[in-house]
Amino acid sequence: MNLSYLFDPAHWDLGVTGSIPELILSHLGYVALALLIGAVIALPVGLYIGHTGKGSFIAINAGNAGRSLPTLGLLMLMVTLLGLGLLPVLIALTVLVIPPILTSSYAGMRNLDHRVVDAARGMGMHPWEVLTKVELPMALPVMMSGFRNAALQVVATATVAASVGLGGLGRLLIDGLAVNDYSRVLAGAIVVAVLAVLVDLFLALIQRWIVSPGLKGLS
Amino acid sequence: MITFEDVVKVYPGGSTAVDHLSMELPTGKMTVLVGPSGCGKTTSLRMINRMISPSAGRILIDGEDVTAKDEALLRRGIGYVIQHAGLFPHRTVLDNVATVPVLLGETRRAARAKALALLERVGLAEEFAKRYPAQLSGGQQQRVGVARALAADPPIMLMDEPFSAVDPVVRLQLHDEFLRLQQDLGKTIVMVTHDIDEALKLGDRVAVLREGGHLAQFGTPRDLVTNPADDFVSGFVGKDRGLRGLSFDDASALPVRPVEGLELDAAGKPRGGTFTKADSLRTVIDLVISSPTGVAVRVGPDGAPDGLVSHHDLADYLASRRP
Repeated sequence: MNLSYLFDPAHWDLGVTGSIPELILSHLGYVALALLIGAVIALPVGLYIGHTGKGSFIAINAGNAGRSLPTLGLLMLMVTLLGLGLLPVLIALTVLVIPPILTSSYAGMRNLDHRVVDAARGMGMHPWEVLTKVELPMALPVMMSGFRNAALQVVATATVAASVGLGGLGRLLIDGLAVNDYSRVLAGAIVVAVLAVLVDLFLALIQRWIVSPGLKGLS
Repeated sequence: MITFEDVVKVYPGGSTAVDHLSMELPTGKMTVLVGPSGCGKTTSLRMINRMISPSAGRILIDGEDVTAKDEALLRRGIGYVIQHAGLFPHRTVLDNVATVPVLLGETRRAARAKALALLERVGLAEEFAKRYPAQLSGGQQQRVGVARALAADPPIMLMDEPFSAVDPVVRLQLHDEFLRLQQDLGKTIVMVTHDIDEALKLGDRVAVLREGGHLAQFGTPRDLVTNPADDFVSGFVGKDRGLRGLSFDDASALPVRPVEGLELDAAGKPRGGTFTKADSLRTVIDLVISSPTGVAVRVGPDGAPDGLVSHHDLADYLASRRP
């Protein structure tokens, strides 16, 4: 086993199909789509449950149930039901990212200082203003940690796409294993790990930028 | 004027927080609602700005039912200060204070300029403006809370235990500053506290409530101390009512003896404390008791001693005041 595959310049030529940059891009594509769809579904539900306190058991159980669901198994089930294609992959990955986003947006809203919210209402903010100007900014640190958690998991797990014939960095693992090219497998593993770290760093930067300095060190 | 008309609040589950409460809180004065926990004082306060809705009865502000107005608009016209201040942790001190003016449609710039002036008014230096609430002490946070409530210059302010969460020294300081501020502003203030001393010190009117939301007595601090309506009120006002009552009378009628044999200390000031005609009798008693010479010295407007008071003079005067 060696790093020759990883450091071969030919594998870094963006123009070539199956090159590492091309696989990174398609990998990030699955990641971004899954996070986007997951956030669109889980954020409003989590915020609503956290805000109203209605259906807390959904938020809590979703976290536990989601973590115990094997993504690969779910993917195979979806392929059996829906056939090959992008859709079963996106469904499997979205199911993976929903629990951390749901649980953290719920927790972020639930643990708000109720006195601050009371002050906001008492000063004459409409419910929508209380949500957008007070509750969301205050819940943001907790929500972002859940989102980063989801991103880390999905970067690692999006490799399953290759097992049903799609692209992404899983190609290096699947194809490398198929032809006993362990240098390729190692390259895939390293790139996925580095990508996960970079994505998390990127989200950490965004978090620094959007979370008020007044909340730093408090949560 | 804020009028409670036969207001009742029964919470789901059947507990009565406020029981047929009727009272009139005068404009430009500070009314303090005081009582033990469970007496419905906070509930009563929160019904004024409709944070809680009454089960029966009406609350009127200058004759207009509070339910006639849009809830949020009503609240923007009423300053709101709560215990622990409830500042927005994600906003700077300046933007906290600017909140209501911005809600009312002022530009952020104009609102911030106004906020800066208000911070100074409540005794916070300009350097605090850019800080976040977490960087402030409890007393400083509470000052910001008061400035935030004053920002849109509302005629009415509601204050729910505003000074309870700060230490006693800071609390006394905040009291004095707040009294000065109120002297300038003349707002209609409703304040809730469980501390009778705070109520008697700050209130122009005091409403004593008892468990179950009954109004036990409504009157001036002097009424409460000198003329408690029942055992509950006299018990609540405390044991030293007699002494406390003397804090409502000034020393203008207290006879003094001519200044002779005055002992001066090293700094050339009279030994024993000095007082003026405007000080309360309670202050004079304290001075006489603690004076090493057994006399307190009255000074005129120019600060020059113009009379002496001894234990005997005080005792005679107090005896002569007995009805």
